[in-house]
Amino acid sequence: RQALEEMRALYERNQADVSEAKSGRSDLIFLIRFRHCCLLRNQRCLLAYLYDRLLRIRALRWEYGSVLPNTIQFHMSAEEVEWFNRYKKSLATYMRSVGGEEGLDLTQDIKPPKSLYIEVRCLKDHGEFEIDDGTTILLKKNSQHFLPRWKCEQLIRQGVLEHVLS
Amino acid sequence: AAMADGEDEELVLSPAQLLLSLEQAWLNEKFAPELLESKPEIIECVVEQLDHMEANLKRAKRGDLKVSVHHMEIERIRYVLSSYLRCRLVKIEKFFPHILEKEKSRADGEPSILSPEEFAFAKEYMANTETHLKNVALKHMPPNLQKVSLLKSVPKPNLDSFVFLRVLERQENILVEPETDEQREYAITLEEGSQHLIRYKTVAPLVASGAVQLI
Repeated sequence: RQALEEMRALYERNQADVSEAKSGRSDLIFLIRFRHCCLLRNQRCLLAYLYDRLLRIRALRWEYGSVLPNTIQFHMSAEEVEWFNRYKKSLATYMRSVGGEEGLDLTQDIKPPKSLYIEVRCLKDHGEFEIDDGTTILLKKNSQHFLPRWKCEQLIRQGVLEHVLS
Repeated sequence: AAMADGEDEELVLSPAQLLLSLEQAWLNEKFAPELLESKPEIIECVVEQLDHMEANLKRAKRGDLKVSVHHMEIERIRYVLSSYLRCRLVKIEKFFPHILEKEKSRADGEPSILSPEEFAFAKEYMANTETHLKNVALKHMPPNLQKVSLLKSVPKPNLDSFVFLRVLERQENILVEPETDEQREYAITLEEGSQHLIRYKTVAPLVASGAVQLI
């Protein structure tokens, strides 16, 4: 916001000088050009800053999933939240169009699979969890389980489970 | 799996050949600095293959050792496919104004580098970003600074970056640009099976045609 203020002030000064220059005072041309350069630089810096923020917000979708933790949302402007929602929708539409009936969730399978089952530790109480062959596991805080990898990926990202690397 | 090639004849590929095609497309996309041609046929066939394998798995006896192995195979294929598509999305987001411009100026017969779904995604990404920058900053700026050319501001892919490749089909008379002022343009022959480290720009058409494989 401060940058915008500065730009506005500079522009107003430049405007005054432009009208002066138009009336034939050519010695002011350099000053006008200088201010124009400052304005352009401000514009570039502002846009670079905003664009960089968008890139970070985009990374959040890939790291945290569709629902952002409140602490992060707090740091985002309303327009940025809107950008995030639109991006997330666009991504979902694309992913759905790719893998046949249910689509392919591209935010899964980030690393090459090393084994089918992984050792996980439960970080918080999550209740009952059903795995493919019908058995239910009770996910209680600090319990450890040997579970199929693909079932755990999302829970690991949400912070419910932790991959134990021995 | 069946794939239609350019002349509308169906090529029947064995699953092994299909996976090889996917791997080749994946590696090329990973190492190329720009977005490569989209390969919808490969993707479609791989998805079909995965569905087929998953259906088989559901019918198999539980506890059978083959089940684990097949499951692992499915996971691996899904990883390669996801990685390939993710790589493309990352490039689309990175170079969106240039990619959309390229698509706009594409001649009718030329193949597209974007699938229709990727094209939609790219357009949405551009509109979303443009609107955001306009509403948050640009519309508050002095009148003569309210427009900005994303085409000029967003960096272009660096086609001069060097890539490693393996030659699949012998190529003669490839013109290599000189590195220094004293050298002149010279021609080299790429022998089948040989490996090289070369500027991407020089071999871009060969990657597209499948004559070389990026590694």
